[in-house]
Amino acid sequence: MSNKVLEVRGLTTKYVTRFRENIYAVDNVSLSIEEGKSLGIAGESGCGKSTLALSLMGYYFAPLHYTSGEIIIDGKNISGMKPDEVRKNVLGNEIAYIPQAAMNALNPTRRIRRFVEDVILAHDPKANKKQISEMAEARFAELGLPASVLDRHPVELSGGMKQRTVIAISTILKPKVLIADEPSSALDVTSQKMVIKMLRDLMEKGYIRAMIFITHELPLLYNVTDDIMVMYAGQIVEQGTAKQMVFDPIHPYSRGLMRSIIVPEEGTRGHKLAAIPGTPPNLKNPPQGCRFADRCQYVVPQCRVSAIPMITFDNTREYRCGHAVQHLREVYSHDDA
Amino acid sequence: MTMHDACAVDQHLTLAPKRIGDLENRPLCLSGKGVTKVFGTGAKQTVAVDHVDFAFHEGELVSIVGESGSGKTTLAKMLLGLISVTQGEICFQGKPRDISTSRKKREYWKGIQAIFQDPFSAFNVFNKIDTVLLDCIHMTGGRGLPHAKKVEMMEEACCFVNLKYAELTNKYPFELSGGQMQRLMIARVFLLKPRILVADEPTSMIDACSRATILDMLLQLRDEIGMTILFITHDIGLAYYISDSVYIMEHGKIVEQGTADEVILTPKAPYTKRLISDVPKIYEPWDLTTV
Repeated sequence: MSNKVLEVRGLTTKYVTRFRENIYAVDNVSLSIEEGKSLGIAGESGCGKSTLALSLMGYYFAPLHYTSGEIIIDGKNISGMKPDEVRKNVLGNEIAYIPQAAMNALNPTRRIRRFVEDVILAHDPKANKKQISEMAEARFAELGLPASVLDRHPVELSGGMKQRTVIAISTILKPKVLIADEPSSALDVTSQKMVIKMLRDLMEKGYIRAMIFITHELPLLYNVTDDIMVMYAGQIVEQGTAKQMVFDPIHPYSRGLMRSIIVPEEGTRGHKLAAIPGTPPNLKNPPQGCRFADRCQYVVPQCRVSAIPMITFDNTREYRCGHAVQHLREVYSHDDA
Repeated sequence: MTMHDACAVDQHLTLAPKRIGDLENRPLCLSGKGVTKVFGTGAKQTVAVDHVDFAFHEGELVSIVGESGSGKTTLAKMLLGLISVTQGEICFQGKPRDISTSRKKREYWKGIQAIFQDPFSAFNVFNKIDTVLLDCIHMTGGRGLPHAKKVEMMEEACCFVNLKYAELTNKYPFELSGGQMQRLMIARVFLLKPRILVADEPTSMIDACSRATILDMLLQLRDEIGMTILFITHDIGLAYYISDSVYIMEHGKIVEQGTADEVILTPKAPYTKRLISDVPKIYEPWDLTTV
């Protein structure tokens, strides 16, 4: 059996509104990542990608609430832990999280060295500051950041540099899993490449053992992650390897996403670009059947009758659609012609 | 497909954009020679745009590509007449542009309009959507039209951008989502029918799935109304997909220009080569060692 660093079984979390309405933003999500692998999560704005990232950390604060499911990191179940316990024992050394605007996470009045000390002291109050400094300098150098960054204030660093600094700080304790939530979408292409290189270095040098990468930029996911998972309205609708997902998407929604890819390569020019019409459903009262039915080109009345389970096909892949895989493939090839 | 059919077909499928071949034979719509913008004076002087020459033809879709800080937006603002030109001359439809008085400026703005990056700050929060659209009709001389005709025009504009006019009346712009607001911006442009549209990163705040819809609408504006579109972006893939010709800007200078195919598939300037190599691709491996 392969070594699973992170395993999630049937995780459901909800937002509770002022009017006591439940919004299940993450609905029965199961996933697992093996040692040394990375998983990409794709989907449009509001599909629950970021909520899933927050839920995976086990760090819940109102209005987000844990409902059910298990999160197992390297054999240790962290679901149901109290927020305080999670902060002390899980964040930083089990799971690290990089938000989209990580660069705004730094207090402008403190030097970078202080943030590193904060992270380490929170987990080990007896740590020696001199040792911390030495370790931080070594780690920064290894990740391609000049040691002088440690003595700067955040305002003295550029956007890309700040983002890389945040990544270096959050992985200083060698967390098992790193969750990167759109870490490069606020950066230009060159800084984005540096961030991606750094994430890859972290994996190669063994500072992190698995990574979850969230973005809506599919060419990026294709180049960064081993597997891709597509989320829609709080549910996983398809998963497979990056190559399978980009070149042979099965679910109509994944197919819509993949057809929005634009890259500066010769093959792109002749492609039809497709947009998925409409907006995602309101999760206060999600549709009874397939959640994508209202926007789906291939919808039939049965789609709306009952919830559709995840179905395994081609041995390792899974999808959530009422149509058979063979049927969808035929329809797509007919469409392309 | 006419504009009315477009709303009947809910699924917005784009055909790969048509490239126009006879660019040289088309009349010039907007051109500039030695256009320069300098901010500050003395030691603190910054040259944001440095002796830039350009010529945009009627009905052409031109992209200006560059990194943050390369002077793309400053150039756009100069073209729009929002900031002054330090040096150089801009010609509009063959004649030197004259925007010395506010009356002349208003006249100029009937011919050139813009869509900006952030749809959330593009609208006056106190104006309802009807007012926004009515203003556009009034601006183009439709003040005397009967109300029913105005409503019909607004319905047509909303239809063009796949919004339902009946659902928008009595709403404020901030009640819409980002993608819807950006489409409302395009509905304004549709009513104003300017000769030139400056689209400054219109898709960068919108997720990849809604991006196709916006691009599709820009292409329709070009094909059906014959608008010249100036598309400013940092995404070279997007520029390649949509445009007829591409200008690459680095530190205020244009380092390379030509048709989209020439510039992207056979880049000559080292800066263009670097920009292309920095973008993740699907068919070729992405070389991470060159950072």
